[in-house]
Amino acid sequence: MSRFEESAPARGGFSYDLCKRNEMLMQKGLKPSSYLKTGTTIVGLVFQDGVILGADTRATEGPIVADKNCEKIHYMAPNIYCCGAGTAADTEAVTDMVSSQLKLHRFHTGRESRVVTALTLLKSHLFSYQGHVSAALVLGGVDVTGPHLHTIYPHGSTDTLPFATMGSGSLAAMAIFESKYREGLTRDEGVKLVAEAICSGIFNDLGSGSNVDVCVITKGKREYLRNYMLPNPRTYVSEKGYSFSKKTEVLLTKITPLRELVEVIEGGDAMEE
Amino acid sequence: MRRKALAFDHFLHLNVGKCSNFGSGVIFEYNGSALVAMVGKNCFAIASDRRLGVQLQTIATDFQKIYRIHHTLFIGLAGLATDTQTLYQRLVFRHKLYHLREERDMKPETFASLVSAVLYEKRFGPYFCQPVIAGLGDDDKPFICTMDSIGAKELAKDFVVAGTASESLYGACESMFKPDMEAEELFETISQALISSVDRDCLSGWGGHVYLVTPTEVTERILKGRMD
Repeated sequence: MSRFEESAPARGGFSYDLCKRNEMLMQKGLKPSSYLKTGTTIVGLVFQDGVILGADTRATEGPIVADKNCEKIHYMAPNIYCCGAGTAADTEAVTDMVSSQLKLHRFHTGRESRVVTALTLLKSHLFSYQGHVSAALVLGGVDVTGPHLHTIYPHGSTDTLPFATMGSGSLAAMAIFESKYREGLTRDEGVKLVAEAICSGIFNDLGSGSNVDVCVITKGKREYLRNYMLPNPRTYVSEKGYSFSKKTEVLLTKITPLRELVEVIEGGDAMEE
Repeated sequence: MRRKALAFDHFLHLNVGKCSNFGSGVIFEYNGSALVAMVGKNCFAIASDRRLGVQLQTIATDFQKIYRIHHTLFIGLAGLATDTQTLYQRLVFRHKLYHLREERDMKPETFASLVSAVLYEKRFGPYFCQPVIAGLGDDDKPFICTMDSIGAKELAKDFVVAGTASESLYGACESMFKPDMEAEELFETISQALISSVDRDCLSGWGGHVYLVTPTEVTERILKGRMD
């Protein structure tokens, strides 16, 4: 009975059935592997018409760069976006889950989602896992009550701020914000400041790198500027590319043709008796 | 509870200084693997090495690491071999159920989300596998992606790598890859990247296994490599 239940699609939530075996492997001396982390610099600021979020695009696996252009600004609702730092699987899973919950809530209430709703859903999920779901988030959006910007820590605590930075590059970015931020920035000034803060993280923090993503949210409109700046292009690319002097030796080749496309004759009289 | 003595128990005693423990290794380096997938012009290629080992001893030289889900969707699994086989069986089961319900094959993007969900479900007690998924989507557009062992998807437009040889593979692919390659050139590039990377990794090698998929055919080739 229990064996069949294991293979059937689960009811949601985490499953702990491999924990005992993994404990045994650790005791026998095997060390656990490292997970994909988004080393990261993520920032947010409130300007006169709304909220601007920014993030770098590097994903690391230990010291190696696994993804040079990943997306760290996740969609939550048409008027709410969330940047994520920490373990990549946790930030993606938690933002996807809350995004689905918000959509269902919108169907129930018939109203636009509020930023505090997303905030409460995220913080209660993270708190209930006591920090083991390692997701540090910068949540920003504009709803009927105005623009909001919050930071959420992996243990479930939150802050409401006019400007915020998270991730390994947060100190580098905060230095830029603390010196240049003022209230009532215009859209262009705000985007320029966010891009400068992210660049500061990219160039000074080893865990952040590659490009700058920016998202501008105002009342009724959002602009997702993917790869707004590319300050690290690939240099010295040879036009002729790589040429191989010796071809690889092939021992065996097996070619399987795929199904041929069948001709469909429209309007045929196939059913005529 | 004493377990029954298995046929290869004496192999464990042959390991110097180690008897039925895993030494101080990393779980991912227990069996050894190298996987790479690359995108070409309306085609893709996925390649793996062929070694199965128990730490530094080689047990098999024809171990399958790339599995076929349906005629244009392949998944390569790197990491602990027992987990890769179990995970493959679970995924093929889920795909068969999907096929029965929807009366069609899964799109590669959907399959990648399925694998991510299956891995994330075991977030606090994970499968020690890193999948590499490659398939042809709508309009024969190639799709590749990889994940870490808890399901963090990494979609790439050029190449993805996994396994113990991944650091060498990153370097080799980064220099050898060109966008929009035709099928034959793509095969040559991926094979050269794989063979040169596994030559620098003790735990993978013993030849290569390459699947090259175009909208009309699937070509499976076995490569000759250093047998050490």
